[in-house]
Amino acid sequence: MQRIVTLIYSIKQGIKNIKRNRMFSIASIGTITTCLFLFGIFYCLLMNFQHLLLNAEKGVSVTVFFDENITDEEISAIGDKIRVRAEVSSYDYVSAQEAWEEYKATKLNPEQIASFGNDNPLENSAHYIVYLNDIELQDVLVRYLQSIPGVRQVNSSKAIADMFSGVNKGLAYGTGIIIAILLGVAIFLISTTVTMGVSVRRQEISIMKLIGATDFFIRAPFIVEGIIIGLVGAILPLGLLYFVYNKAIAYLMTGFNSPFGQTPLLKAGSVFSALIPISLAIGVGIGFLGSFMTLGKQLRKIN
Amino acid sequence: MASYDIEEDLQEIETPVILFKNVSKEYQKGTQAIDDINFEIRKGEFVFIVGSSGSGKSTLIKLMLREILPTKGKVFVAGRELSRLKRWQVSKYRRTIGVVFQDFRLLQDRTVFENVAFAQRIIETPTKIIQRQTPKMLSIVGLSEKHKSYPKQLSGGEQQRVALARALVNNPVMLLADEPTGNLDPKNSWEIMHLLEEVNKRGTTVVVVTHNKEIVDAMQKRVITMKNGVLISDSKKGGYAHAKNSYVDL
Repeated sequence: MQRIVTLIYSIKQGIKNIKRNRMFSIASIGTITTCLFLFGIFYCLLMNFQHLLLNAEKGVSVTVFFDENITDEEISAIGDKIRVRAEVSSYDYVSAQEAWEEYKATKLNPEQIASFGNDNPLENSAHYIVYLNDIELQDVLVRYLQSIPGVRQVNSSKAIADMFSGVNKGLAYGTGIIIAILLGVAIFLISTTVTMGVSVRRQEISIMKLIGATDFFIRAPFIVEGIIIGLVGAILPLGLLYFVYNKAIAYLMTGFNSPFGQTPLLKAGSVFSALIPISLAIGVGIGFLGSFMTLGKQLRKIN
Repeated sequence: MASYDIEEDLQEIETPVILFKNVSKEYQKGTQAIDDINFEIRKGEFVFIVGSSGSGKSTLIKLMLREILPTKGKVFVAGRELSRLKRWQVSKYRRTIGVVFQDFRLLQDRTVFENVAFAQRIIETPTKIIQRQTPKMLSIVGLSEKHKSYPKQLSGGEQQRVALARALVNNPVMLLADEPTGNLDPKNSWEIMHLLEEVNKRGTTVVVVTHNKEIVDAMQKRVITMKNGVLISDSKKGGYAHAKNSYVDL
C-alpha cells in the first residue's frame, strides 16, 4: 500500500518537475516529437515500399522446362515436389499448346501465325511457372529444381532478384541508421533536461539524502519525468502522422493519373497497428534510458 | 544473509553511540581537516563540539553523517563501522539521525507542514500517521499556527524550529546540530537550545557543533574542543573558556 502511495507521490513530483523545467521539457518533447515524426514517416514509406516490392516480387517467377518425351505423370510428380517446397508460394502449369497460344497472341501477327499452319513450334515448351514467397530464396529454389530428374532447364532472373533484395536491404539499413541518429539526439536532450532538473533541485536532493531518502525515492520522480516526456513526445507525432497519412493516402489513391491505382498503398490501420506500439515503446524507452543513465552520474555528485 | 537493522542497534546498545578511533581526514587538495581524533559519545549525552572556523568541527559532523569517509581510522555508530555500510544501508542509517544545519536547509517551495511531512514521506510513513504526527511535532516547536506558511515567510528562528521539527519527527536516536544558532539572534538561539535540551531529556543523544561561547558556558554540558584539526580538550561538564585551555580526560 505504502509503495503505491510512494509511486503516486513520485508521479506527482515528476509532473511538478516537468512544470518547473517547462522550457527544457517542451524542448525535449519537441525533439522527441520531431524524431518520432521523422521515424514515422520513414516507417510509413518503408512499409509501403516493401508492400509495393512484395507485390512486384509476386510477379517474379521461375520457369521450369521438362525433358523431351516426359510423360504427364512425371510432370505431375515434379509438380508435387515443387508444391511442398517452403520457398514456393504458388505455381501454374502451362502446356505446350497454351504456351504457343500465348506466344501467338503476344508476339506474332496474323500472317506469321498463318505461316505455321497447325504446327506447334513450342512442342517441348510445356512448363511450370513457380512463384516465390521471398525473392531472396530464388537461388536455393533454382538449385533444387535443377536437381530434379526430368527437369531440362530452369529459367530465372537473377538480376531482378538481386535488385529487389538490394533495395530492401538498403532501405532497412538506411532507415536503421537514421533512426539510431535521431534516437541518440533524443536521449541526449532528455539527459540534458534531467541534468537541469537535478541541478535545479540539487539542494532538495542533498536534503533528501541527508534525511535518509533511498535512491529509488530520489530517482523515481526524475524517471517519471523522463517517461512522461517520452510518452507525450510519442503520442503527438502519432496523432499528427495518422492525420497526414490518411490525407496522403486519400490523395495518392484517388488523385488524377494515380500511379498506385493497380497496387493499392497500405491502409492507415495496418501501418499504425505496428507503428503505435513501436513509437510508444521508443518514446517511453528513450525517456527512461535518458533519465536513468543521467541520474546515476548526477546523483553521485551530490552528497 | 542476516538482515541489518541499525535503528534497533542504536536503541538497544548502551555504550557508546558514537566512537571515533584514531580518525584522520585529509581532503583531496592535501588539507588535513582532522588528525588522529579519538572520543566516544554515550547514549543520552548532550555534547558540544566547539572550536574556531577551520578547526575541523564540521568534518566531525560530516563523518558522523557518513557524508565523507575518514582517510585513516574508524568511525563507529552503535558498534557499526560507518565506512563498511553499503550504499543502501547509508540511507537507512541516516533515518536514525536527526540533523539540523545553520542554514536550515528547508524546501523553499513547500509549506511548514509539507517540510515536516516530507521527512516522514521519504521513509514511507503511512499518510495517516503523517497527518497525526506532523501537527504534534509543530506544536512541540511552537509553530502550529504557521503550518501553512512558506519558509520565506518565517523568521530565522522559526525556520530553525521547522528544521528541528523535521529532524525530530521520525524519533531519531541521535540529533546532530551543525551551528544551529549561527544565523539566529540571542533570543531565538536560546529558544532553540532549550528545545534541544528538552529533546535530550527525552533520551535523544544530542551533538551540537557551535562557536557560541555564551550558550556553551551557560549550559554546562560536555564540551569537545577542536583546534586546527586536533582534539585539544574533552570536558565532561564545562564551558567554552574552560575547555579552551586545558585537556580533561573523561
